[in-house]
Amino acid sequence: MNKILVGLLAGLILGAIDGATAWFYPETRPVIGGILVGSSFKGMLVGLLSGWFARKVRSIKWGIVVGAALGLLLAFGVAAMDATKGQQHYLEIMLPGFITGAIIGFSTQRAGAQPVTFH
Amino acid sequence: MDLSDSVLDHLRLVAALPDLSGTRYELECEIGRGGMGVVYRARDRQLDRRVALKVLDSALAGEAPLIARLEHPAIVPIYEAGTLPDGRAFYAMKLVAGARLDRYVAESPSLGERLRVVRRVAEALAFAHSRGTIHRDLKPRNVMVGEFGEVYVMDWGVEAVAGTPAFRAPEPGLDERSDIYALGALLEFVLPAPPPPALGAIARKAMRRDRAARYPDVAALLADLQRFQEGLAVEAWREPPLDKLRRFWSRNALLLWLLTAYAAVKFLLFFGGRR
Repeated sequence: MNKILVGLLAGLILGAIDGATAWFYPETRPVIGGILVGSSFKGMLVGLLSGWFARKVRSIKWGIVVGAALGLLLAFGVAAMDATKGQQHYLEIMLPGFITGAIIGFSTQRAGAQPVTFH
Repeated sequence: MDLSDSVLDHLRLVAALPDLSGTRYELECEIGRGGMGVVYRARDRQLDRRVALKVLDSALAGEAPLIARLEHPAIVPIYEAGTLPDGRAFYAMKLVAGARLDRYVAESPSLGERLRVVRRVAEALAFAHSRGTIHRDLKPRNVMVGEFGEVYVMDWGVEAVAGTPAFRAPEPGLDERSDIYALGALLEFVLPAPPPPALGAIARKAMRRDRAARYPDVAALLADLQRFQEGLAVEAWREPPLDKLRRFWSRNALLLWLLTAYAAVKFLLFFGGRR
């Protein structure tokens, strides 16, 4: 399995789990489906970019930094969209997004095959 | 005229020195001596460089072509082979500046460095076996670690006359698995005391008296070493549950910390927000 695929899979799973935790908040239950899809998509996007980065740079440290930064950035986008609807959930969305991004970045560095190059 | 013992010794030494006339080499000093021959440091006049020159009985002249066929980064390259005027065979090879493995280990290198050396030796052995050659006398004295960290395995394919018993397989007829026994003994030799249990088990498996119970080939031993270095379970050791848990934690500590941080954040956000 290549690193981009690892990133996509990790992003899908972690994004779905992160989205599913919204079920614990009764006010978000009516829109849980949309949250699950959006969160999974966000996770996959972080995974795709982290996987691409992992193909270029072999470093657990930088993988985590890039994954966390991407997770934070995309979570900020989601929180900002939420804010336009009058709901301020920056901390609730960005903090878990930051950590799931870090986990995705770590996974892409740890697992998956590097592309074969011939010199 | 009475000759003192020291004078006699000197005469014997001079008489034993190889006559290098007719070759491009100039003798400098003796650097090693074993049952198979004597190794000298010599200067190659033509290329103005130092070489190691091994002088051995003509019956062992086959050693040079045997090693020359083994072109591998961890096997000392042979430059030239020939016969001296007195009939003895010689061959010139790269002079490795560095330390013999036994002396190198005495300098207490890190475990990772010790394993790197053993892996290089194993890779050289695996290569030689793939070419149908066995070492027969692998021991720390036959491994050199160069000043740039390069590793060389020397003295190939010659039946040891006075080999170190601790590194020789018990069976009379030597084959590839006898080299695996010696490799296990070499691993045991380089490990610090007490050795990590998994590495000790790898060495013991390689050194089983029954050759069928050893690793089937060097690649299998290398794979077990690789597994150890990657924090995975090794084939040679039935790991106790506590050690398994410890290894799992140390291999996945970062991931486990991140998952714990995620759970803690979710917990705090949930219960913090409810208040």
